[in-house]
Amino acid sequence: MANLTDEKLVEVKSINKWFGDLQALDDVSLDVQSGKVMVIIGPSGSGKSTLLRCINYLETPTNGQVWFNGERLTSDQRELNRHRAEIGMVFQSFNLYAHLTILENITLALKVVKKIKQKDAESIAIEQLKKVGIADKADKLPSQISGGQQQRAAIARALAMRPKLMLFDEPTSALDPEMIKEVLDVMMMLAKEGITMIIVTHEMGFARAAADEVIFMDNGRIVEKNTPDGLFNQPTSDRTKLFLSQILHK
Amino acid sequence: MAFEDSLSAAQKVSLQQSRRQRLRTRLATFPWWLVLILLLIVGTLLLITNSPTYNEAFVTIRSGMIVTLYITLISYAISLLIGLFTGLGRVSSSILSQNIATFYVELMRGIPMLVLIFFIALVMVPGVVNFLALLGAKLIELGLTTIGNPLAGLSNRSISMSVRAVIALSLTYGAYSAEIFRAGIQSVAKGQMEAARSQGMSHGQAMRNVVLPQAIRNVLPAIGNDFISMLKDSSLVSILAVRDITQIARLYAGHSFRYPEAYTTLSVMYLTMTLLLSMLVKLLERRLRNNG
Ligand SMILES: Nc1ncnc2c1ncn2[C@@H]1O[C@H](COP(=O)(O)OP(=O)(O)O)[C@@H](O)[C@H]1O
Ligand SMILES: [Mg+2]
Repeated sequence: MANLTDEKLVEVKSINKWFGDLQALDDVSLDVQSGKVMVIIGPSGSGKSTLLRCINYLETPTNGQVWFNGERLTSDQRELNRHRAEIGMVFQSFNLYAHLTILENITLALKVVKKIKQKDAESIAIEQLKKVGIADKADKLPSQISGGQQQRAAIARALAMRPKLMLFDEPTSALDPEMIKEVLDVMMMLAKEGITMIIVTHEMGFARAAADEVIFMDNGRIVEKNTPDGLFNQPTSDRTKLFLSQILHK
Repeated sequence: MAFEDSLSAAQKVSLQQSRRQRLRTRLATFPWWLVLILLLIVGTLLLITNSPTYNEAFVTIRSGMIVTLYITLISYAISLLIGLFTGLGRVSSSILSQNIATFYVELMRGIPMLVLIFFIALVMVPGVVNFLALLGAKLIELGLTTIGNPLAGLSNRSISMSVRAVIALSLTYGAYSAEIFRAGIQSVAKGQMEAARSQGMSHGQAMRNVVLPQAIRNVLPAIGNDFISMLKDSSLVSILAVRDITQIARLYAGHSFRYPEAYTTLSVMYLTMTLLLSMLVKLLERRLRNNG
């Protein structure tokens, strides 16, 4: 706990993940320091989601280690639940609880996991909804608001837990173009606040502006790792170059 | 009229045609079957009010209504509980729970309900009672009289046939509703469970707070229809001589030889109840659809 700034908040040490005889992750290592933003890019099927899901153990790595906040993650459910409460996750398809209002979406885990009283949970929820700019939607069901608003609500839900780390898995890929910006703006704000984030995205402009480090993945491996300027302007690997040219010409 | 006057002859013809068409679809979609069923019910009602023999049959059979209703309600409530837990077992990650739950479901579904009712009431319940009594006796020998005495005092006569009927119906319907709950749980998108787990909820907390509320909502109509089936199948307990409306109708018909009176009245009583209930289920279904 001594010096948070150069402490490694996340350390992934040579993890492999096999689904049957398909290898989704091949000897992947990375670390993220507190306050830093890491962006992961790569073609579809390259293992980006799997990597992200191994970091909060939604998938268990076949072998290798994941360390979070100085502790090694194991399959011990109690410990995992404690760690996950400190790792916010934002999904491509929002995954808001469909039967609950936006407000209840946020208060549920505060009450159930953090044992916060209803009233306090509600004021935390309102505060977070204001922060992402949808306090007026508190009483709506997820199905009653737009995709961009749903994703902002999902971000608010994650933030309300006061996470040490935020994971984003293609948060704007399911959105109509006109809604992408409102979500990226919220994420940019979080980056400026110094919230530690690992983000899978195809938004290269955002990556350039927000990331401290960009990782390019292909075939379950980390092919290249660099600063955004370095990776986008002088990619060293041919596969990175090919991918960047494809994505920039879309 | 003024509007129609201003139309050309050709337009008038086509207007008439479209009217005729609308009438035809209306006639085609009108629930004629419901009218027929209502006629049956009203006709029987008229018989009951006007014919002394029908009236006698109705008044006699009506006295079994309480038994029919409480057996249906209690068995239904218990079967929902059994079904919920068995359904959870079916989707559980524990191989043991999975197999126990599947064993139970397949066992119940593979045997005709009539046979199950005989088996549970006349073989299983006595078997369990004898075992418990034996256990009680052993416990008394060991000096544990507080638990031993009530157990040893158990005899098959102390378990009435209507209790056995409830046990039998609950167990058979538990297996059916387990399948409904399983389908309901599986109908909830995987991302819902994942989001809950990613926030640090345990599997149980996520199930209770996120998955089950949605699953149950999705299966409410199916569960409602199960109640209707249970009401009808409760008539099977008459073979255990439980005095529900079916048993009383059988007894009445047997004594009086008024078979048409007894069985027409009985049939229409079931029909009325199930018709009302299925309208209720449809209403519920529509409300759920509009709210979600
Ligand atoms: N639960 C799973 N079961 C089997 N295969 C999976 C599973 N999840 C992902 N995969 C496979 O692993 C590979 C990597 O997937 P993923 O991590 O989702 O890639 P990305 O997010 O980069 O598109 C793909 O080939 C995918 O089909
Ligand atoms: Mg993915």
